[in-house]
Amino acid sequence: MIEIGLGHYLSLGAIIFFLGVIGIFLNRKNVIVILMSIELILLAVNINLISFSIFTGDIIGQIFTMLILTVAAAEAAIGLAIIVVYYRNRGSIRVEDIHGMKG
Amino acid sequence: MIVHSIFFYFFSVIAIFSSLMVITSRSTINSVFFLILDFISIGCLFIMVGAEFLGMILLIVYVGAVAVLFLFVVMMLNVAEQKQSWFIGKKSTHIPTGLIVSVLILLELLVVVGGWKYKEDLMSSSTLLLSDVSNTHQLGLVMYTDYILYFQLAGIVLLLAMIGAILLTFRERIGVKKQSYINQISRNPSTAVELIKVKSNQGVKIDD
Repeated sequence: MIEIGLGHYLSLGAIIFFLGVIGIFLNRKNVIVILMSIELILLAVNINLISFSIFTGDIIGQIFTMLILTVAAAEAAIGLAIIVVYYRNRGSIRVEDIHGMKG
Repeated sequence: MIVHSIFFYFFSVIAIFSSLMVITSRSTINSVFFLILDFISIGCLFIMVGAEFLGMILLIVYVGAVAVLFLFVVMMLNVAEQKQSWFIGKKSTHIPTGLIVSVLILLELLVVVGGWKYKEDLMSSSTLLLSDVSNTHQLGLVMYTDYILYFQLAGIVLLLAMIGAILLTFRERIGVKKQSYINQISRNPSTAVELIKVKSNQGVKIDD
């Protein structure tokens, strides 16, 4: 309990991943919160990669974390641009109002 | 060691609480603020565990750029009146399924944590952590030599994201007077100035 090991960091990553997935599934507000949940999930993945990298003594995990950071930034930019265009066309970004594909 | 564990629990409790608030808070702007708090606490955890460069990058890139981008979009779109309505109003049919799937994912991840064993022969890599150089130096030693292709591909991904965001949100406005640089710099005195002999008591008609 006192000794902080790999399991503590992996548990933290698991809990944050879980909260991100819940945020995607249960969201009924708007799409921006879904994008934020995706950011939470990517952050949890980064926690896992960095803790494995530190506790196994290999730097590759941190390299991959950097690449994931890049992809997450690109994803946020594109996603927010799509949201802005959607809002401009439809006037709403509520999750309930987005049913154009009948999915 | 006791200080390390106290700081770990402090930052991780803040991180879990703020990520809970990201998905449950009533207004979107509060979600963005709690997302920033989450990034900052996770960045402190990264610095604490020994990945200083990535902790700083997390603070700079996420808090400085991505979260501020979220804030700008929330400010520009009119989402202030869209309050959170989870369990009131129309019942959504995918809430039970989502809860079941999420809890299953959490249980699977925790099983992975419980079943993790240190294998002694795991450290057979050529990119082991060195003890005599700093974290940033180590990262540079590996990233610019073995992983240079991935580094450049990351740059191309960022370039494509920039082009895509500009292309998506670009809108050509009709009826707006714009400056035409080509026409401006290709003028010469023969087309720009016209000399007119003015007759007495008649004036000049211009701009017809």
